[in-house]
Amino acid sequence: MVILGTKSEAPKTRGPVDSRGYRIFRVVNTVVLIGVVVVTLFPFLNIVARSLSEEAYIIAGKVSIVPRGFDLTAYKLLMSDALFWTNYRNTVVYTVVATLISIVLTTCYAYVLSKPQLKGRSFLVGVALFTMFFSGGLIPNYVLVTSLGMKNTIWAVVIPNAISVFNLLVMKAFFESLPTELEEAAAVDGLNTYGILLRIVLPLSKAIIATMVLFYAVSFWNSWFTAFLYLDQQDLLPVTVYLRNLIAGATSPESTAANADKVQAAATLQAVTIVLTTLPILAVYPFVQRYFVSGVLLGAVKG
Amino acid sequence: MTSTLRPPPPAPPRSPSKASGPAGRSPRRRRSWRQALRRDWQLYSLAILPLLFFLIFRYLPMVGNVIAFRRFKPGGNIFGEYWVGLRYFRMFFTDPTFWEVFTNTLVLGTLTLLFCFPLPIVLALLLNEVRAKRFKRFVQSVSYLPHFLSIVIVAAMVMQLTSIEGAANQLVRMFGGDPVAFLQQPGWFRTIYVSSEVWQTVGWGTILYLAALTTIDQDLYEAARIDGAGRLRQTWHVTLPGIRPTMMTLLILNIGSFMAVGFEKILLLYNPLTYPTADVISTYLFRMGFQSSNFSYAAAIGLFEAVIGLVLVLTANLISRRTVGTSLW
Repeated sequence: MVILGTKSEAPKTRGPVDSRGYRIFRVVNTVVLIGVVVVTLFPFLNIVARSLSEEAYIIAGKVSIVPRGFDLTAYKLLMSDALFWTNYRNTVVYTVVATLISIVLTTCYAYVLSKPQLKGRSFLVGVALFTMFFSGGLIPNYVLVTSLGMKNTIWAVVIPNAISVFNLLVMKAFFESLPTELEEAAAVDGLNTYGILLRIVLPLSKAIIATMVLFYAVSFWNSWFTAFLYLDQQDLLPVTVYLRNLIAGATSPESTAANADKVQAAATLQAVTIVLTTLPILAVYPFVQRYFVSGVLLGAVKG
Repeated sequence: MTSTLRPPPPAPPRSPSKASGPAGRSPRRRRSWRQALRRDWQLYSLAILPLLFFLIFRYLPMVGNVIAFRRFKPGGNIFGEYWVGLRYFRMFFTDPTFWEVFTNTLVLGTLTLLFCFPLPIVLALLLNEVRAKRFKRFVQSVSYLPHFLSIVIVAAMVMQLTSIEGAANQLVRMFGGDPVAFLQQPGWFRTIYVSSEVWQTVGWGTILYLAALTTIDQDLYEAARIDGAGRLRQTWHVTLPGIRPTMMTLLILNIGSFMAVGFEKILLLYNPLTYPTADVISTYLFRMGFQSSNFSYAAAIGLFEAVIGLVLVLTANLISRRTVGTSLW
């Protein structure tokens, strides 16, 4: 990365010649930024190294970023745990269903809010905005979800957080930026509102919908607390709660029969679970990163 | 969140063509609800489900807070059985544990604000001075990464790093110290919490600042240079004022989440040994509600917390609007 840094030195944009002090600053700056990269990546490398190491080396405190005594036992142990896979599948199912519901609701509402001439529009915006700064709180929410009979069902996980106001504002900003002429022409051609939304607006909004899908999918993939709160049955849990229970010592894979083994394998098992849970996100991250950035910016410019 | 990056554009002059639709004959301003419904019922129909969502899952719980003033029986009426007035509020105002967790909340909130608000600005300024585009992009990509991790994963990583045989203790041993059980000691909790927060949020926090930096007029730098300003003074007099609206908006938002300090992360990282520094209002009410089943008491604490949060954000917004003219709405 250092090589990259010095190689493509852009022509000076500011000022004729850099002062000596500024040249020193730039060297220091590069070093600091490399430091940032190292500090950010170190925990990842450390966890991967631990997941691949032999238990004895970990307990001896000898593993930093290079695996010692290469050992895949923990991976095999975890992969053979039926509960882990059940929970992993739950995470996928919850993420897909929740994202689908969220996208439909958010798109509909954002589209309505993007119509400047609509009567009562500012009230509808206010309804959403206010919830950003004041919420009912944990206990009333819990009481509500429980009394709706949603406990120990998928609905407790996918419904209560269906609309994120931030995402709603991002999407509203996007719809507002679309040219109105197309919609007007379609209306003249006799298309009703639903037709316009489905056949004119949505095809133009593929990029923003992709961004929204990513925002929602990542947040549902990562969420654990709602599931932790509302789901008591082990086979309903998402993999994040599996990991939570593992680090809280509340449970450990069924296959680790002997108690001594359990304690021994705990550190490596945690590392392996972290790696396997993070992997999907790390795998798609390089390709989708720019969508996230553009989404955040869109939400900030207007909104 | 108006005007984070630049002032909002003036109201788009799109009304003439719009108003000339079927309902355009009636004067726009005096259009009644009946006409609006007849004309736009399809649009309104799209809002029904989302509105129901907000009503049931956002506003009903707000109303549900009445259980803070009523006796509540689990499994009974969700709005409680009978009025008890301010009993639960008096209870926690006289509860020494409450004031302990209240203090912890303020300390952790302040520390988080002190580090997690300015550091993204510093990092963005440093990144802005990098001329090698690929290096810059690389640093950005890497620093955004932690933002995408689940809190559970971050907590698990923290546990691994700070465990007796973990990386932190390897460092301690390298300097000849004795291993420390970091997560068992109240003295270390704040450091661990704030560092993990910094690790996860600082990179992602630069995005808005980096975007704001690109909107600063380059001529201003030119002018500053002609006036004899060096790099540092250019940064102070041109760059920082240029990103001030962004800074204010994010500061207000940060202050808004001040009281809600990383509830989920603390819940995952704390334990009875570290309660003296780690236990905050939200975790305390969580235990009150779900371990002691004292729902009304917990709801009272939650309501208190939410109201303070709302007051904080409104105050910050007001001050910001009066002093620098930046407002969230």
